[in-house]
Amino acid sequence: MATYQNIFTQVQLRGEPEAGIALPPGSEPRIGKGSFNHFMGIIGHAQIGPVYLGWTGVFALIFGFFAFEIIGLNMLASVNWDPIQFVRMLPWLSLEPPAPKYGFTPFVPLAEGGWWIMAGFFLTTSILLWWVRTYSRARALGMGTHVPWAFASAIWLYLVLGFIRPLLMGSWAEAVPFGIFPHLDWTAAFSIRYGNLFYNPFHAFSIAFLYGSTLLFAMHGATILAVGRYGGEREIEQITDRGTASERAALFWRWTMGFNATMESIHRWAWWFAVLTTLTGGIGILLTGTVVDNWYLWAQEHGYASLYPDTGVIDPATLGSTGQ
Amino acid sequence: MRRTIAIAALATAALALTGCDLGPKQSTQNGHRGTGMDQVVLTKVAMAKDDVPAPPYDPPSTEGPRAGAAYKNVQVLGDVSEEQFTYTMAAITAWIAPEKGCNYCHNPENMASDEIYTKVVARKMLQMTRNINQNWNKHVQTTGVTCWTCHRGNAIPANYWALPAPGATGIIGNRHGQNDPIPASGYASLPNASLAMYLTGDPKADKSIRVVSETIHPTKANELSTKETESQYALMMHLSQSLGVNCTFCHNAQAFKPWNISTPKRATAWYGLRMVRNINGEYISSLKDAFPAHRKGPMGDPFKVSCATCHQGKSKPMGGYKMAKDYPALWGPPTSTPAAVPAMAPAAPAAPAAAAVSTATH
Repeated sequence: MATYQNIFTQVQLRGEPEAGIALPPGSEPRIGKGSFNHFMGIIGHAQIGPVYLGWTGVFALIFGFFAFEIIGLNMLASVNWDPIQFVRMLPWLSLEPPAPKYGFTPFVPLAEGGWWIMAGFFLTTSILLWWVRTYSRARALGMGTHVPWAFASAIWLYLVLGFIRPLLMGSWAEAVPFGIFPHLDWTAAFSIRYGNLFYNPFHAFSIAFLYGSTLLFAMHGATILAVGRYGGEREIEQITDRGTASERAALFWRWTMGFNATMESIHRWAWWFAVLTTLTGGIGILLTGTVVDNWYLWAQEHGYASLYPDTGVIDPATLGSTGQ
Repeated sequence: MRRTIAIAALATAALALTGCDLGPKQSTQNGHRGTGMDQVVLTKVAMAKDDVPAPPYDPPSTEGPRAGAAYKNVQVLGDVSEEQFTYTMAAITAWIAPEKGCNYCHNPENMASDEIYTKVVARKMLQMTRNINQNWNKHVQTTGVTCWTCHRGNAIPANYWALPAPGATGIIGNRHGQNDPIPASGYASLPNASLAMYLTGDPKADKSIRVVSETIHPTKANELSTKETESQYALMMHLSQSLGVNCTFCHNAQAFKPWNISTPKRATAWYGLRMVRNINGEYISSLKDAFPAHRKGPMGDPFKVSCATCHQGKSKPMGGYKMAKDYPALWGPPTSTPAAVPAMAPAAPAAPAAAAVSTATH
């Protein structure tokens, strides 16, 4: 039986848990002393904790819990508090945004979308507090803020879908329901209503970056795993030496496609592809219904939609009869 | 270890395939190459023959004395020959009430009496059938329909709908008329009562089916929300389910709206939707007082027809078998002018500039 040539963390160290560097003044203490878990050690680092929660973390969890409970209890109520039906029907269940008649007013009866607004408010608060937490922790560790800004890009798309675009359209009914199938049906209905989102160029960008992200992730992950036998995961130590895993990885791509990213730039590539996925996606959603109402017609005007032969079918509504 | 992996892989493959229809498929291309306009169906489904009953006996002469002169109270079929009349009655009995027989509609003591409500309904249905066969040829063409097309041996056709009961007002037990998988919405979380929004036949109640704008940029002409689009999407799922086809049977998925890249089937479906409205509005809703309570929906309206009532999973009911040709009484001379069904105004009237864009490029 073949065994893996390597698992990065094959050797699990045990000892006094690492407490981490000293915290800057004004920080709260970390929670817990840390412990070890063998199974976590197989997929990553075996040490669990200590955790820095801070007030942003505490409030993010509280607000997130409120949102989770509002959504879950509304779904449970919709099946008459029947736990079996709740599990059985969960993919279909939903917390729906207010109907078009309510426009964008925050004052909507709870049962008719008020709960949706409230869940959205709590979820957004939770997410924004969590963003502050990622920013402050990155700063506390003396890191750059690449993680919070990437997270901010995802938050941008979330806010466009659930708040900014409904605000500009003046209707909560444009927002996405909380639900598994319901949000997918919303997506399809959105594309139908606005004349095929395929022809939205920012949607196209978003998809290109999304697929590009997976491609880059696969290329980079595969490359590092492939040179793992030479210690390829210790990228920085090897970057300047000949014959190292790092050089082999670079040569592999230069031989196969003529160009190689560097150990530093591959991460920049990946970061930008990931960030641009949601950044362009959010722009595409924001323009839909506010600036462009029919993307197919827009694409025709800009020579961007393929033209197929006319089938000669005429809209019967223009023929002035209904069947006689 | 290797055995475990092999078993796990087999189990995963088996699970992954449970969502698939196994068996040979039949695929037809019905659009321009590269557009994915294909219909793929299981061969056994495509080749399945519908059960079509033979005429009760050899069709008799259309000559001779008229039924209206021979029998009392023959209001619709009075214009057919007496022999044809008896023959048609025998066929209708086999199509609709094969077990209860003539007495399902008639009082055996007095066949002319209208005392049993089903006879009143049957008369209206005969008028409806003639109306369809004479006036809706843009949908039924020369194939026509018979009672069997919908009924298939049942007093009540298998596929019907009625106006939905008002839902709960609070959050308890309230799914807002959706998020509940039913066949009519293709088991999606889409609105369940879409038929009641588009196909009642009441021009004041029926919404326009068109949701896509005629203009590139937003105008006041179409302010339909994404949420409202979901009911139209559900209606389209109903069509798709009823006919056993996918979107590309009628549409080029490049853009659902333009007619000049759609298939001719879409126009047929357009007339079909108007036909359904005509049937529900003119022939079924008017029977509201004739039907007893157990033949009505929760809102007290009679059971109505949809695409599924006739089609029953086939793009042509009964595979297009021309059954009605054997029953000239079901065609007859016009008994009523078809109701003037107002053409539904599109959601967004065409602006000249936009119309030019959508036609000039094809």
